Amino acid sequence: MDFFVVQILTGLANAAALFLVASGLSIIFGVTRVVNFSHGSFYMLGAYIAYSLMTVLPGFIGFWASILLTGVAVGLIGLIVELGVLRPIYKSPELFQLVATFGVILVIQDLTLLIWGPDDLIGKRSPGFEGVVKIGDQLLPAYDLVLIFLSFLVLGGLWYLFNKTRAGILVRAATQDREMVGALGVNQSWLFSGVFFLGSALAGIGGAAQLPKGGADLLMDFNILAPVFVVVVIGGMGSIPGAFVAALIISELNVFGVQLLPQSTLVLMFVVMAVVLIFRPWGLFGRPEIVGSHGSQGPPEAPLRAFSGRLWLVLAACALALAVVPLFGGNFLQVLLADVIIACLFATSLHFILGLGGLVSFGHAATFGGGAYAAALMVQYAETPMELALLLAPLAAGLLALVIGWFCVRLSGVYFAMLTLAFAQVVWSIAFQWSEVTGGDDGILGIWPSAWASSTTAYYYLVLALGIGGITTLLFMAYTPFGYALRGSRDSALRSEAIGINVRLVQWSAFIFAGMMSGLSGALFVFAKGSIFPTELEIARSFDALIIVFLGGVQSLFGPLAGGVVFTLLQDWLSRFEYWRLCLGLMIIAIVILLPNGLVGVGHWVRGRFGRNADPLSDAEEEAA
Amino acid sequence: MSFLEVRNLSKSFGGVKAVNEVSLDLNEGELLALIGPNGAGKTTCFNMLYGQLPPDRGSVKLNGQELIGQTPRRIWRMGVGRTFQITATYASMTVMENVQMALISHHRGVFSVWPPASRRHRDEALALLELVGMENQAGRAASVLAYGDLKRLELAIALAHNPRLLLMDEPTAGMAPKERVGLMQLTADIVKDRKIGVLFTEHDMDVVFAHAHRVLVLNRGEILAEGTVDEVRADPKVQEVYLGGGSTFGGAEGESAEGDLADA
Repeated sequence: MDFFVVQILTGLANAAALFLVASGLSIIFGVTRVVNFSHGSFYMLGAYIAYSLMTVLPGFIGFWASILLTGVAVGLIGLIVELGVLRPIYKSPELFQLVATFGVILVIQDLTLLIWGPDDLIGKRSPGFEGVVKIGDQLLPAYDLVLIFLSFLVLGGLWYLFNKTRAGILVRAATQDREMVGALGVNQSWLFSGVFFLGSALAGIGGAAQLPKGGADLLMDFNILAPVFVVVVIGGMGSIPGAFVAALIISELNVFGVQLLPQSTLVLMFVVMAVVLIFRPWGLFGRPEIVGSHGSQGPPEAPLRAFSGRLWLVLAACALALAVVPLFGGNFLQVLLADVIIACLFATSLHFILGLGGLVSFGHAATFGGGAYAAALMVQYAETPMELALLLAPLAAGLLALVIGWFCVRLSGVYFAMLTLAFAQVVWSIAFQWSEVTGGDDGILGIWPSAWASSTTAYYYLVLALGIGGITTLLFMAYTPFGYALRGSRDSALRSEAIGINVRLVQWSAFIFAGMMSGLSGALFVFAKGSIFPTELEIARSFDALIIVFLGGVQSLFGPLAGGVVFTLLQDWLSRFEYWRLCLGLMIIAIVILLPNGLVGVGHWVRGRFGRNADPLSDAEEEAA
Repeated sequence: MSFLEVRNLSKSFGGVKAVNEVSLDLNEGELLALIGPNGAGKTTCFNMLYGQLPPDRGSVKLNGQELIGQTPRRIWRMGVGRTFQITATYASMTVMENVQMALISHHRGVFSVWPPASRRHRDEALALLELVGMENQAGRAASVLAYGDLKRLELAIALAHNPRLLLMDEPTAGMAPKERVGLMQLTADIVKDRKIGVLFTEHDMDVVFAHAHRVLVLNRGEILAEGTVDEVRADPKVQEVYLGGGSTFGGAEGESAEGDLADA
């Protein structure tokens, strides 16, 4: 009995930080409709800043003053992010804001490294609560009770704020209908900034408060992100009681999960999320999202044009140029170009669902890494030849996409994005925790191509053939009735259903098809590198694809190709610098703000300015005439 | 037996009886107008007929086949077309492609890969566009069309699968007065040619009086009156409840100044 009480209390204490971070994310999303990816970074900053403050401010009062000051400091940092990064792009489509906050993650990561160094920091014990409390024959750190008290205090405080104060009621009103609140004369800019300050401060306090238990390290930002997303998805976006209940569920689950199934702790919370979403697709306390009720969708896309003769020539010339590279280019260039082609295939497969289908997936790495792991496992355990592995890996990735897609296409918008991310984390945690099979963190090594393809040049040609084949198939599909139906479901699901098209089935099929192509790129990747690690399943990998698509331009079929080339070369060049994440992050933010239509958009602009015939609509009219 | 039979359709939201025991019949080639003040239950009726809202009670039979319990997709396959109060078209496709998509779906070609979508059923699509007078805009993007043209495009899409029944929710809402009569005239002609039954809701009394064969007046979820245009106009109950005085009905057909309840 005592054992259970202590376990439950431990779970409650663990829930505290999770709840603080999740409620902050929820509040920010509720009002601004921005899914703030950098929220995990604010949590990490909270831990680091509190650590520094606690070394300066001594004693009991110093400890708590540090936590409060950290809240203010992180809130201010959040405010800077809101003013500097998000305010210029509130009118842009949601995806832009997401990518921008991802840029913020990279910047904060490197700044933290720069200021506090690479070593993990161990937090000081909380003065006055260093000891343990005895419950029966079980021991509980006294600080756990403090954390439990703190989370109830914050919950009560937020309840008071949102129900009893004018500012809080305005925020709630804005959550329901921010245009109406604007029409009533409330300054939305202030509201947004205020909410960002509050949400960031909560994340900072969360990071500071867990310091005596968990310390501070550079992986905190991504590590908290997945559980926080799970919590807000289970609880319902924008709901604070939801965040509280869900944080409790997840934390208790973890505590008891460690006792019962120590190998599956990471997967367990995602299973719970999946179960909740089957019965309540908008979370326990969430409301259904009204389609098109928020977020700017951007200007409508121009109709697809048939490939002109000139375009065919350009594409053929590109393929030819790539084919003759080995004649004069060295091994280094061939390896780099193989990377470029793999990245292009990976990104084009994401663009298929994201650009054509409007399904913004944050978890595309699941099928990339899934395909790579499938190929590696087949080679490792069944001595499958490379040729067969390259054939089967896309099927395995497609099967994975079939399962993930079944859950995800039931949702739309932000919920879809969060759920795909969570599923990618499931796949990651399986690869990471099931070390008997996957090798865990050490990965799987020695996965090399067959003898005939083992030279750099031979493998380059293999990547070129399969990569261009895959990309061409994806582009071709855009022109088929299936591709049109996919675009139609993005334009107007209502219309699609009204002409007998099963929108979910179309989206699900597209998800599976894109997953297969992504799996092919993963399989090509694994034979190119000879090894595979769980990092290929990480959030950062999913974001590589997102950034490429975004960089190239979402509204163009060729966007992912342009983006893939530029991004891979840029990354190759930047990674030679020590603080390349900082550069990349700043560059991403700059692109989001300055080039909203991506590289292809710049191309159109240049043609519009200096060339003839740049307006696709006028082309379409000419065609009709 | 009429080919559309609606019997005792009812739906409550909380304690409010939005639609209460509504029954109606519709024959082929007939234009039946469903009118009533705001909140009378017209849209609720429509949504139940089209499978978007399950009724509490009642049945809807098309040629003896029950529609209640079917999905909108299934109902469309059974030969029911629908246009929306606020147009829903594919903004990133051309006018022609919008119609082609309906034809592709009708011919069950959504999951086929060859030939490309834009090369399919071109003649059929063009014929439909000619029918609604949109053939010279076939290559334009749907996103740049004027609202009246979008409404006509929707009509062409709705006709693509040769429907037996058309449900039109405020077909002329948002259009200029002159365009309204034109669009309804067009609809009436097509309906007569193809023997399609049309059930439409409408706020513009000019449109209703000029084209409806029969009129059904809803008020607070119940049928208040039913009959020909003249019968309904003369009905004192309708004049009192629906018009709150009824001077508007004094206007002759086609006089939009007095006839337009929506603008009143």
